[in-house]
Amino acid sequence: MPESSFKDHVRESRTLTSRVIISAAVVLILLGTLVLRLAHLQITNHSHFTTLSHENRVKLLPLPPTRGLIYDRNGVILAQNLPTHSLEITPEQVRDIDQTLADLAKIITISEDNLKRFHRLRKQKRRFDSIPIRVRLDEREVARFAVNRHRFPGVEIQARLLRNYPQGESMAHLVGYVARINQQELERIDTSNYAGTSHIGKTGLEKSYEDILHGTVGMQQVEVNATGRIIRVLENYPPIPGQDIHLHIDASLQAIAAEAFGEKNGAAVAIDPNTGGVLALVSKPGFNPNLFVEGISSAAYSALQQSDDNPLFDRALRGQYPPGSTTKPFVALAGLETGTITYTEKKFCPGFYQLPKHEHRYRDWKKQGHGYTDMEKSIVESCDVYYYDLAHDMGIDKMSRFLRPFGFGQKSMIDITGELRGLLPSREWKESTRNIAWYPGETLITGIGQGYFLTTPLQLASATATLATHGILRTPRVVAQITGTAPSETEKPLQPEPTQLPAINQKNWDDIIFAMTQVVEGVRGTARHIRTEEYRIAAKTGTAQVFTVKQDEEYDAETVAEKMRDHALFIAFAPVKEPQIAIAVIVEHGGHGGAVAAPIARTIMDHYLLDNKQLTPGDQP
Amino acid sequence: MIPRSAPSREFTQSTPAKQQGALAWLHLDLPLISGLVLLCGFGLIVLYSASDQSMAQVERQLIRLGLAFVVMVVMAQIPPQQLRRWSPWLFGAGILMLIAVLIFGHTGKGAQRWLDLGFFRFQPSELMKLAVPMMVAWFLSSARLPPDWRRLLIASLLIIIPVLMIAKQPDLGTSLLIASAGIFVLFLAGVQWRLIAGFVALLAAMAPALWYLMRDYQRQRVLTFLNPESDPLGAGYHIIQSKIAIGSGGIYGKGWLNGTQSHLDFLPESSTDFIFAVLAEEFGLVGILALLTIYLFIILRGLYIATQAHDSYDRLLGGALTLVVFVYLFVNTGMVTGLLPVVGVPLPLISYGGTSLVTIMAGFGILMSIHTHRKLLPT
Repeated sequence: MPESSFKDHVRESRTLTSRVIISAAVVLILLGTLVLRLAHLQITNHSHFTTLSHENRVKLLPLPPTRGLIYDRNGVILAQNLPTHSLEITPEQVRDIDQTLADLAKIITISEDNLKRFHRLRKQKRRFDSIPIRVRLDEREVARFAVNRHRFPGVEIQARLLRNYPQGESMAHLVGYVARINQQELERIDTSNYAGTSHIGKTGLEKSYEDILHGTVGMQQVEVNATGRIIRVLENYPPIPGQDIHLHIDASLQAIAAEAFGEKNGAAVAIDPNTGGVLALVSKPGFNPNLFVEGISSAAYSALQQSDDNPLFDRALRGQYPPGSTTKPFVALAGLETGTITYTEKKFCPGFYQLPKHEHRYRDWKKQGHGYTDMEKSIVESCDVYYYDLAHDMGIDKMSRFLRPFGFGQKSMIDITGELRGLLPSREWKESTRNIAWYPGETLITGIGQGYFLTTPLQLASATATLATHGILRTPRVVAQITGTAPSETEKPLQPEPTQLPAINQKNWDDIIFAMTQVVEGVRGTARHIRTEEYRIAAKTGTAQVFTVKQDEEYDAETVAEKMRDHALFIAFAPVKEPQIAIAVIVEHGGHGGAVAAPIARTIMDHYLLDNKQLTPGDQP
Repeated sequence: MIPRSAPSREFTQSTPAKQQGALAWLHLDLPLISGLVLLCGFGLIVLYSASDQSMAQVERQLIRLGLAFVVMVVMAQIPPQQLRRWSPWLFGAGILMLIAVLIFGHTGKGAQRWLDLGFFRFQPSELMKLAVPMMVAWFLSSARLPPDWRRLLIASLLIIIPVLMIAKQPDLGTSLLIASAGIFVLFLAGVQWRLIAGFVALLAAMAPALWYLMRDYQRQRVLTFLNPESDPLGAGYHIIQSKIAIGSGGIYGKGWLNGTQSHLDFLPESSTDFIFAVLAEEFGLVGILALLTIYLFIILRGLYIATQAHDSYDRLLGGALTLVVFVYLFVNTGMVTGLLPVVGVPLPLISYGGTSLVTIMAGFGILMSIHTHRKLLPT
């Protein structure tokens, strides 16, 4: 060490003291800066950070409402919410996931796909979220796991409610189905009310009564931590479950009607003419709506979509068929009401009809002709020539104007979305849409329900009900009643007021209905084989051409491929006095209406009028 | 070895001999120890809340604090002359251990800091927090002050070598603390202002070079500091959540145990590096001012002790050790409030964790020794 005598302790001490004072000053300045910074955060921006802190910790959790149920008129359930069991794993609580999965596989079937899906979800979810490894466990699997539960900490059986349609195919188009909400729906719906809801009505009643079935979402205000785990519930607003709907539909009638079609495709609509309530609304073939609820596989979906039978297509509401001869009672009534013809006036039918100065022969279905034909015979035997002449005499304008109030060419306004309007041809329609003049020949074929004329099975049934009630048009309704807690807004009335058709002479109604009765009861009636002693039926058969036979050829059902065969149609109501059911049946490519469609209608009527009444006496309206 | 000089005024002032009883006998300084006990008590209260009311964690911290107080008392018994004699040996041993760490060091959290001695793991960089200022003070006080440029250069090397070795581990926080301890000794020794100005200018010029020497995560921290909102879920998350905790605390705070940011885990590292934010959230600006007042009292007392010390070694070491505590405080609070980039420096005596706690208390022990051993000197 150097000599200490060289050092000047006093000077060194003084230097140090001054440096210490400078240091202390710097310390105070820096601490002052810190305090200013804290004041900036804690006083100036306090409310800003309070908001951020609140947003950090308080989250709103939606509580989805339970969807309303759908019942038929007898309380048979058509759409319900079934608990399904899924096996879920919470990774946080499992010590060795791979070992757990291997052990689980010994008691419950776990496929490669299940594992793949699990591992994918595991990467997306948080550690404390439970992740499904298997969905839709059956009862035996649930039981087998329950016995072994103690071996699997962190593995749980979770029950969720899944929409289920116990009637399956026969109700598929009518009730429709729910499926996962898609992007377009997301833009349309009130997202706050659907927070927490994963499924929405896609078709049928599930879609048109979505607002009523869905209910009102509840909310839970919760405190969460940084990882999103719920620490406690701050507020709880329970959801309001969706309302239940009760239909006019009779599930057993629907099933019997669907069964009556056998392998054939087509549609049947049955309406109670006294209420407008729809008793059956069948479209064949159906499909299994339950497939759509959990998400249908793309293979199964394209199979349904590409099938020649087109099972997803709702024929009852969207199928547009030429009404064929089922229009004849309506055209005959038009003839009477417009004074074009009288009930007893006869026309001669040689088997064809020619317009003056025209070569073209409009053929009758009966090659040799019906001979002298009055109105009753024209309906009973379905003479085409009679109607060619009647239509020609009446003209398209009068005919079109008369038919419109029966609902032809316009939507029936049934309470299921998606129906098509059909087409009632008229001069104005043709000129405005096609810009071509109306030809007289088109009037003739309109008179027998061919040409441009298109109706849906629903329209035909509704028009038939209007015949049955002597001119009271009731909007067809599927839903009879809504029960449960209503949301705040006021309900629209379920059954709109019926419309009375322009006054029609009572005698004319009676004549036409008598003629229709003779279709079943007459010796030559086209539907005479469905005659029954139990009750009286008024009906009309029809055949709609799919394929036009050339002038010099003959239609031969044997040689024409099934896809080209005529559609069979049938309309009926019964009992003739005090009618309780009005029906329209269409069998695609079924040939003649009397042969194929009429027995289906008879089956429906029998069940509704006879079986039902005996089974549940006094239950009928 | 002991400098003998004319008695200065300080020796005629009140000596520790006049302090009463046990404290004097144990060579403890009453104001300093009062400040420290107050601070540690406050710290435990905050820790109880920050650890989600884990009594176990508070007990472990209490044990560490007890150990640290024992170390402090032990250090207070060692006369400064003794420390001065040990300074070069301690420094030499520290350098050897740093070399050992670089070669066989145990890697924890991506950095080599630990030396596994079999029965316990030792962090040589902690030792250097004391050894570097001791060494520089020993070296400078052995000749006339302020030092000439040759001695200044050697002293700078004594600082730079261990600092670089620790920075390479890498441990930016500790190397920063050690560098500042050494620099404080130079500053207190009276290095000329123009040299200081030159040094600052050199540092500014070297900043770009420093950027290239930094590791990726260190660069990221600087970038995040400059704009924390650029990466709100990644590196900026700490600072954003910390500012929310502090800001939402307001003037009076949300109340003890009621801080949502820390209790719901939004605030990371809430019981260690970011415990200041917990305090700010629960006790508000008022609580922070109370805490800063205690710190300020301790620092001013330490600086006072330095000015009262009887020779240059004691003065330089005492002043530097005190100022290092302030560096801890400012770097930590600056980080938590978003004034400074994120550097892993704990809030002294409050953050959960033991290593730095012992070192800091050892430093206070040295301060007490400096203050209480003056009476033993011949007058």
